[in-house]
Amino acid sequence: MNGMIEIRFHGRGGQGAVTAARLLAEAAFAEGKYSQALPFFGAERRGAPVLAFTRIDSRPIRIRTQIYEPDYVVVLDPSLLEVVNVASGIKRDGLIVLNSKKNAQFSNAKSAFVDATSIAKEMLGVPITNTAMLGAFAKATKLVSLDSLINVIKGRFFGKLADKNIAAIKAAYEQTKVIT
Amino acid sequence: MKQLVTGDEAAAIAAKLARVKVISAYPITPQTIIVERLAEFVANGELDAEYIKVESEHSALSACLGSAAVGARTFTATSSQGLMLMSEILFVASGMRLPIVMANANRSLSAPLSIWCDQQDSVAVRDCGWIQLYCENNQEVLDSTIQAFRIAEESLLPVMVCFDGYILSHTAEPVEIPEQAEVDKFLPTYKYPYLLDPEKPITMGAVGVPEYYEEFRYMLQEAVLKSKEKIIEVGQAFGRQFGRKSDLIECYRSDDADVILLTMGSLSGSIKEMIDEYRGHGERVGLVKVRAFRPFPAKELVDSLGHAKAVAVLEKDFSPGSTGALFSDLSGAFVNSRESPLLLNFICGLGGRDVSSLQIREATKAAMEAAKTGEVKKTVRWLGLRETMVGLKP
Repeated sequence: MNGMIEIRFHGRGGQGAVTAARLLAEAAFAEGKYSQALPFFGAERRGAPVLAFTRIDSRPIRIRTQIYEPDYVVVLDPSLLEVVNVASGIKRDGLIVLNSKKNAQFSNAKSAFVDATSIAKEMLGVPITNTAMLGAFAKATKLVSLDSLINVIKGRFFGKLADKNIAAIKAAYEQTKVIT
Repeated sequence: MKQLVTGDEAAAIAAKLARVKVISAYPITPQTIIVERLAEFVANGELDAEYIKVESEHSALSACLGSAAVGARTFTATSSQGLMLMSEILFVASGMRLPIVMANANRSLSAPLSIWCDQQDSVAVRDCGWIQLYCENNQEVLDSTIQAFRIAEESLLPVMVCFDGYILSHTAEPVEIPEQAEVDKFLPTYKYPYLLDPEKPITMGAVGVPEYYEEFRYMLQEAVLKSKEKIIEVGQAFGRQFGRKSDLIECYRSDDADVILLTMGSLSGSIKEMIDEYRGHGERVGLVKVRAFRPFPAKELVDSLGHAKAVAVLEKDFSPGSTGALFSDLSGAFVNSRESPLLLNFICGLGGRDVSSLQIREATKAAMEAAKTGEVKKTVRWLGLRETMVGLKP
């Protein structure tokens, strides 16, 4: 791994952006890397736009600022594209992973998309897209393996809930399309 | 074993490893996870402790007074308004020399209401007679909490372990969790020398009439000053056993620096990154991090900053009508010194505002300018302030 990788999650309160950032940090940590999951809580309302950040590095991570120039962006809710500039500050050759039925074009970044809302509704019964979007992230970036994500889910959830989330991750992993 | 944990989780794990006997606390954001975890540990039998539920922080700390007085290792946690509600009892705890340990997840104060991070809460009670340690990362939260019990018990003073709300309390990162047997070795069973015991009744916290009160206050002052040695000694002992030592301050690339940044808490990590960048460009910039704010390491700071041309103090608090608290203490430390660096104060990160790399560079640049010209244009500045909103600019 070459230098620190910074990931910004955009979600709405209740969709699990903070948990997604932590699960990703745990998957990277399990693969022997250093990681940091830093949530940015807003007014703690359901539905309000929220941010969460993950840093991954081969060296200990000291910096604690919010992430302004991410390598990757993950968008958990399609409607955020209309209200938030999700591509803000993204590095050249950065990648935006979208929960969307169709692709969106960005002038300054590559993109990948998957219909995570439908997957979450089908597999979990609720439109909580965080785990599905981690599957999409793994597929689009290869930064963590699918197996690491599944192991982290097994450590975090139990029984049927773990199975459902693993199914969501796998489905999203298979269905994600990367546009270059 | 290394685990990915938040600052709150690190504090709870440390209290468990310390085998606390009594926990009394009232939940408040962003500290709540600490007491939730401890309640779980007690409920599932992982921790043999009494968890005393109370209706307020005032009562929580009052319960802690009682349990510490009967010799139980005692822990509490709070933040912000909760610490303010405890303030009356804070002074009682130190006056009665009760070795209580508290975790304070730093959060700003109302009004306006804010649940986010700054250090105004613990800075506001700097005069309460407690030792105050500030943490840079979650490893330090765990290490300092464990050390706090030994410092408290061996100096008979309460200790507050302060760490930035959200930026540490809710951020997950790798933390080395020591073995229980190792912590047991470091923290042997504790015996309070002045037990409150119904068999041998004594009065604690009695009236201090004018003939006596001043002596008691003097003895408290001496005890807190003397705790400097204890903090160093415990930090070294911890280092020998666990490989991570702690001190009153930490100097980072500051020995030959012309410009030194001074701060406390989680900001230190981001500043270290900036320092490395500046060093890469040949600039002689360094950082000194204050771990112990009380007792104030005045001599140590004068010794480690005295050679610099300019010192920039970055802090997440201020005393309205004066300056930042760390800045005023530092200025006091240099009084009667033959030489003092130029001192600049930067108020930043209030109410959860992110202190970005850009802001750290702005402060560094101003200090470099002062070092070059020998002149400070403006002593106190606010980083990230939107000047149009406060009428400074049209």
